[in-house]
Amino acid sequence: MSSNGEVLVRIKEVDKVFRRGSEDINVLTGLNLEVAKGEFLALMGPSGSGKSTLLNLIGGLDRASRGVVEIGGERVDQMSDRDLAGWRARHIGFVFQFYNLLPVLNAERNVELPLLLTHLAKAERHKHVDTALNVVGLAHRTKAYPRTLSGGEQQRVGIARAIVTDPTILLCDEPTGDLDRKSGDEILSLLQALNRDQGKTIIMVTHDPHASHRASRTVYLNKGQLFAEAPE
Amino acid sequence: MKFLSLVLSNLMRKKLRTILTMLSIGIAFVLYSFLGAVKQALVGGVALAGKDRIVVRHKVSIIQNIPIAYEERIRRISGVAELVHFSWFNGIYQDPKNFFPSYPTDPEACLSIYPEILISPEVRQAWLSTRTGAIVGRATADRFGWKVGQRIPLNSPIWPRADNAVWEFDLVGIYDGKKGFDTSGFYFRYDYFDEARRWGQGSIGWYVVRVSDATKTAGIAKAIDEEFANSAAETKAEPEGVFMQSFAQQVGDIGTILLGILSAVFFTILLVAGNTMAQGVRERTAELGVLKALGFGDGLVLGVVLAESMSIALIGGLLGLLLGAGLVTGMAPAMAAMLPNFYLPTGNLVVGAVLTLLLGFVAGILPAMQAGRLRIAEALRRSA
Repeated sequence: MSSNGEVLVRIKEVDKVFRRGSEDINVLTGLNLEVAKGEFLALMGPSGSGKSTLLNLIGGLDRASRGVVEIGGERVDQMSDRDLAGWRARHIGFVFQFYNLLPVLNAERNVELPLLLTHLAKAERHKHVDTALNVVGLAHRTKAYPRTLSGGEQQRVGIARAIVTDPTILLCDEPTGDLDRKSGDEILSLLQALNRDQGKTIIMVTHDPHASHRASRTVYLNKGQLFAEAPE
Repeated sequence: MKFLSLVLSNLMRKKLRTILTMLSIGIAFVLYSFLGAVKQALVGGVALAGKDRIVVRHKVSIIQNIPIAYEERIRRISGVAELVHFSWFNGIYQDPKNFFPSYPTDPEACLSIYPEILISPEVRQAWLSTRTGAIVGRATADRFGWKVGQRIPLNSPIWPRADNAVWEFDLVGIYDGKKGFDTSGFYFRYDYFDEARRWGQGSIGWYVVRVSDATKTAGIAKAIDEEFANSAAETKAEPEGVFMQSFAQQVGDIGTILLGILSAVFFTILLVAGNTMAQGVRERTAELGVLKALGFGDGLVLGVVLAESMSIALIGGLLGLLLGAGLVTGMAPAMAAMLPNFYLPTGNLVVGAVLTLLLGFVAGILPAMQAGRLRIAEALRRSA
């Protein structure tokens, strides 16, 4: 871990309530969490415990019903939709369980997508894309379409897309959940390397204890509450 | 521009569906081009009508003749610069289906009032000096393969010769017309016609009067009608444009009929294209959610989806317009007899191009708004 103690993510007294019909469902209740800059945090918990919801709140994909979500000193929960979109483009890299690559674009153009939101010229964008694909070890498959890539390779492209803008924080939602053990290990090693060598702050949701062991810290979410140890 | 490749890549997602949608839009615009040319042929003369010309006809109907003696009385009316008369000859060449517009007239006055008829001074001279001389428009000459110097035999079911012989004319020239002017006409000398016809001597079909001040056509037309009020052949004088419009509307309100047909076609295409776009958005909800997660704002996602819709409509529509314009051009010679001004005006092409974008916008705006409003977390759940 390359954490330096500076708090990057601060969650204070956050509630998240979903309304299903006439019923309110409390997914997160008075939740508090701090994540240091450069930390690799694993977030574990049973299905329906609110892991992905918490990740969505940190990534600005959803809004808390109450409480403070502060990332890098900015109040994400108070931003307008428009500002939030721009903030995500600058600060957040997402890695999804099912890769979520656009099937009509080849690897390099998938990776280029977030850069379309910047002012970089085409040549500069290509340079960044090449670098990102190099980091994930896919420099030789730049023209390959997702359907021709293995699951592990697709996830590498997904990681390249997440890091190409050099975001402040990487949010990974079960990044190995759809992979076999070998491919999953490779992806975890890659995430570890990004955390160790490049100082990336990573928050990873996972079901898999094996995956969580690669993180520098693990927290457990159950019934909307966070625990430092796995609850019985 | 940097998003263009994303838009175009999305179009290729379901190639067959995109192509079929483009084709359906294209066919609508082929129909638009064709009907535009038909409308031009039927009512285009109105736009070409001289603003300083008045048509004077029998008050009851254009098929009623009026005396040629009116000519001098009209000429004396204040504001009248010059005039010429025409009659409807209804000439037929060899076979009843070979019908084309043909008119006896005064050559000198005709060429003076209609500078749209383009002939050389030599042809003009030949027509003035040849009693049986006639000039014919390029479309009709091409249709029958006529050459200058050829003797043209014509029959007229309205105006038989007194000696029951076939009318014969010496073709002294072929005229071209300024843009849009009818080149299917056949003009010959009235003096030859009037002397040889079996009946109706001293009468003509209608006058075309050129006035010295185009802003006074209404007053001069009224003065002409007052001149012949309560006579045996009362007149109806009106600006040439109004005359052509009422003539064209004998087959109905062309503009309204064509607008009705096109509206039905475009409404159907709108539903087809709109449904295609909506289906496209539904199928890739998760992908749109990913774009938004990456930082694409609501407006940008809306713009990308709308651009896809407008691209489909633009490509399909422009192909349809080009194909339609090609078809119209190719069919024009064959249509010359019935629809001499059968061509697609440039203005229709411009309006068509704007229509393609409008169609794409209307078809795509609702699905695009739906895409723009997607909640990211919900959209991403669709991929799980």
